[in-house]
Amino acid sequence: MHGFANPKRFLSLAAWLTPALLIGGLLTSAAALYWGLFQVPPDRLMGETVRILFLHVPAAWLGMGGWMAIALSSLAFLVWRHPLAALAARAAALPGLAFTIICLATGSIWGRPTWGTWWVWDGRLTSMLVLAFLYAAYIALAQAAQREGLSPRIPALFGLLGAINIPIINRSVVWWNSLHQPPSITVGKSAIDAEFLIPLLVAVIGFSLLFGGVVLARMRALLADIQAEARLRRRAMEAV
Amino acid sequence: MKPKHQRLVLVVLALFALIGAGLLAAYALRNQASYFYLPEQMLENPPEPGQAVRLGGMVEEGSLQTAADGVTLTFAVTGNDGARVPVRFSGIAPDLFVEGSGVVAEGRLGPGGTFIADNLLAKHDENYVPRELQEMEQHRAAEMAEETTVGLE
Repeated sequence: MHGFANPKRFLSLAAWLTPALLIGGLLTSAAALYWGLFQVPPDRLMGETVRILFLHVPAAWLGMGGWMAIALSSLAFLVWRHPLAALAARAAALPGLAFTIICLATGSIWGRPTWGTWWVWDGRLTSMLVLAFLYAAYIALAQAAQREGLSPRIPALFGLLGAINIPIINRSVVWWNSLHQPPSITVGKSAIDAEFLIPLLVAVIGFSLLFGGVVLARMRALLADIQAEARLRRRAMEAV
Repeated sequence: MKPKHQRLVLVVLALFALIGAGLLAAYALRNQASYFYLPEQMLENPPEPGQAVRLGGMVEEGSLQTAADGVTLTFAVTGNDGARVPVRFSGIAPDLFVEGSGVVAEGRLGPGGTFIADNLLAKHDENYVPRELQEMEQHRAAEMAEETTVGLE
């Protein structure tokens, strides 16, 4: 693990892994969406609206997975103090927020025809909205910490603290009566028929690859920013 | 102990404390954060008449009737161990509102124990089955829905 923490080695790995993940992710998720939106049969109760499943579920998974990435990177940063871990956490925040918003939007659009309402304040919907706010707060905090020269440990602690929301989102439909359905997929069991389940899994894999590619690309951009800034500073020092 | 290990222990301990605190808070919210009353909760601990509450459960098979005016529906919502609450609703029900399926009714408990609903929300269960397979799967799906719908063991 420490091998990859070396920025040089990371950059040479990311140089080919980033386009591979982006292209693989785009192709896989496009195929999964075509499959889910045009090929699968309608659901017995929901009919055609079931197709939004193939966007809603991967978005929910990556919204939560993005925060897990922030929390684990923050943990690694706090314990091993490696700056690349802090960069990874910052890089995961924006795509995480984007997928959380996609999850909330598709869920709302899905809720209108199936439940009969755009929004309810039940445990699942509320905790997912809280996740979106946590992302926004984390992004603002990380940016402010960098701009004001504060310790990067502050956003790292916030990233770790915010992880408490993830098990709450996951368990919300089990702990509390909610309008949102209980989990369809539990360990070793699925209440989703194979005709829906297989394209759904392909969509989850495709969007996850895409997510990984975006995180790597953003990490490279952040590293390039830092290098450019260091070079400018050096030039300014030489000029004096 | 190296400083790095000290930090690891500290962070892990803090994490455990945090998760513990979160779980305790969520547990304390168990009843307050629920979106609706189950029928047995409503019978055991009835809300004030006229107080706006929600009732959720399964629409009892064979209980759904449309009144002569064509827009008033009456049905019963069932919960665990035979608990059932009769409901009256005037208006347009969502498409997924059918007998044997989940429902959340918003309204208040009227005199005589009938729940007067102002709004109905359909609660979809976690089963996804293609229409072609419906005939074959219907029996199993209905069984699964009953087994797994949360709050209704």
